[in-house]
Amino acid sequence: MNTQKFRKIASDGLLTNNPTFRLVLGTCPTLALTTSAFNGVGMGLAVTFILICSNVLISLLRKVIPNSVRIPAFVLIIATFVTIVRMVMEKFIPDLYSSLGVFLPLIVVNCIILGRAESFASKNDVLSSALDGLFTGLGFTVALTLMGTVREILGSGSFFGLALWDFKIAFFTSQAGAFFVYGIFIALFNAVYSYFERKQHRKTFLAEFDVLPASEKVKEG
Amino acid sequence: MGTFMMIVISAVFVSNFVVVQFLGICPFLGVSKTTSGALGMGVAVTLVMTVTCLITYPIYVYILTPLELEYMEIIVFIFVIAALVQMIEKVIKKFSPPLYNAMGIYLPLITTNCAVLGVAETVIDTSLMMDQLGITSVNLGTAVLYGFFAGVGFTVAIVLLSGLREKVDFLDTPKSLKGFPVTMVTACFMAMGFYVFNLIG
Repeated sequence: MNTQKFRKIASDGLLTNNPTFRLVLGTCPTLALTTSAFNGVGMGLAVTFILICSNVLISLLRKVIPNSVRIPAFVLIIATFVTIVRMVMEKFIPDLYSSLGVFLPLIVVNCIILGRAESFASKNDVLSSALDGLFTGLGFTVALTLMGTVREILGSGSFFGLALWDFKIAFFTSQAGAFFVYGIFIALFNAVYSYFERKQHRKTFLAEFDVLPASEKVKEG
Repeated sequence: MGTFMMIVISAVFVSNFVVVQFLGICPFLGVSKTTSGALGMGVAVTLVMTVTCLITYPIYVYILTPLELEYMEIIVFIFVIAALVQMIEKVIKKFSPPLYNAMGIYLPLITTNCAVLGVAETVIDTSLMMDQLGITSVNLGTAVLYGFFAGVGFTVAIVLLSGLREKVDFLDTPKSLKGFPVTMVTACFMAMGFYVFNLIG
């Protein structure tokens, strides 16, 4: 595992292929559970844990599972981890368990997890798969936390359950607010991303024809 | 009759699966580009949801509960749904090739549709069902009816959104709003409309 590969996996999961804002996967829990920042973090960490475990196990078994039955095998592995997380959470964090509700068993059909299993873990070694699971999961967690924070501050005037002021806009905690905030977040993320992409393109283009201003030239070596 | 109307109103409008409960958002956003595609997906999902309720509810009540294997529900349900979708695909292909051509491509997508697993999990959650429907007991009949009308609710929502999207796509929106963001904002207005049904009763 060299630094370059590590950096690629990290930036893929958090930015370039951010599951929530770039790929728009796993939308159901994103919309339903971001009414408060705490729910967002809880869901994000549950998905991250399951993603790391399933990625590691699938990567270990990638030479054993026959190609024709790989999808049922992946689903079985994911469903097992979801069942474990559900039982542990019911026993130790009952508050979070009841606020996640039906979306906890629905992690089984979360397309992020099956997507990473199919496109990454079934082709790469254990360490990269674990890191990929970690960073994709963190990308999801960060996105849910950001949306949850915005909706909680505007909709219920609090931050992680801590009351800030009495000013509340009920729209942001309603279903319509979820769609609205998600849409605006994707648009902002797209705008920022394409700004940096254009900047990068300009740099490579100018460097290619050797007309880059001296101040922007990359030092060689 | 009262219970029947309650299930219809509740499953289709008041607690619509897509815009109120946020189940099945992926096909809602992914397959709503054209009205005909949306209708095909809606019909296929309704069919699978009805049959799923018909099979998973008895499995849970008559097999898993007496054996105290409730914790196995996720694994059992996902396999039942996957097998069911395959079976429905084969049956339709055999008996009605035109129907298969119309909705065959949507069937494989349905296995990982959270609306289907969601309806299976909802009908076995007795307290949740009673909250939504205001009835005292759940049986196989109510479970199957709920599954069917939840599918109808999904179809209504996805067809409405596809109609709006066919217009919105021609609008001159800012570049970063194109695609998913503007669809989300469109869905936001739909959700406001559905919110009004909460005032019924």
